[in-house]
Amino acid sequence: MVPLSAYLVLSGILFSIGVIGFLVRRNLIVMFMSIELMLNAANLAFVAFSRYLNSMDGQIFVFFVMTVAAAEAAVGLAIILAVFRTKETVNADEINLLKW
Amino acid sequence: MLEAILFTILAAAAVVTALLVILQRNPMVSAIFLILTFFCLAGIYLLLNAPFLAAIQILVYAGAIMVLFLFVIMLLNLERERKIITRHRLQKVFGVFLGLVLLIQIGSVFHSLFLTGEKGAFPPDKVAALGNTEVIARLLFTDFLLPFEITSVLLLVAIIGAIILAKREI
Repeated sequence: MVPLSAYLVLSGILFSIGVIGFLVRRNLIVMFMSIELMLNAANLAFVAFSRYLNSMDGQIFVFFVMTVAAAEAAVGLAIILAVFRTKETVNADEINLLKW
Repeated sequence: MLEAILFTILAAAAVVTALLVILQRNPMVSAIFLILTFFCLAGIYLLLNAPFLAAIQILVYAGAIMVLFLFVIMLLNLERERKIITRHRLQKVFGVFLGLVLLIQIGSVFHSLFLTGEKGAFPPDKVAALGNTEVIARLLFTDFLLPFEITSVLLLVAIIGAIILAKREI
């Protein structure tokens, strides 16, 4: 049987890849995808703990995280569309004013 | 033994596709690789006795959310973006460095972890007898009823917010 730490280390690696992507990339959409990656890493840790502790609560939490991620994606992408309409760019370096 | 082999393959594929997500210049290719990462994670959920979450992962994440991403990427005209040569080399070096420090911290904590928590009421054979989806549904509509209802309100707020934000004039 695969030990719990293997799943958790995989979750940590995926989370770190998400953090690096968020810090390094300047494209708003790719930054957003990095956030999805981080959410998925957290989900993996939840499911792994749920399996090894014989509890279903972790899986329920993953269900809620997915709902929140769906809501976040809908609103976030709408914001990106609104930003692109006014500034004609999705580069995070050029979006440096709160009001234009 | 089979579980270990499948885990190794799926974990390696997940890490490689996740790396390709942040290394690709074209956001469209990034989105495709992110879908592949979600599929690998769905396979890992199957290994962890969570078939309902594996199905939801593919339906909601790889299906709904990523289709939304692809639509937005196609709606935006990103031709000009691709020509921009990114500056801020120091910022990138710092970003990768901080990410690696975080990875070492998380890895050292998780690697030396001992599971001390109290065991729950759902061992794998009981869940297999009752059915994974049925157990989750029963918990959602009994113990977690209030969060479940709040989730529906959250989704309603998200729908209204997205429509208002996407209108022509803000």
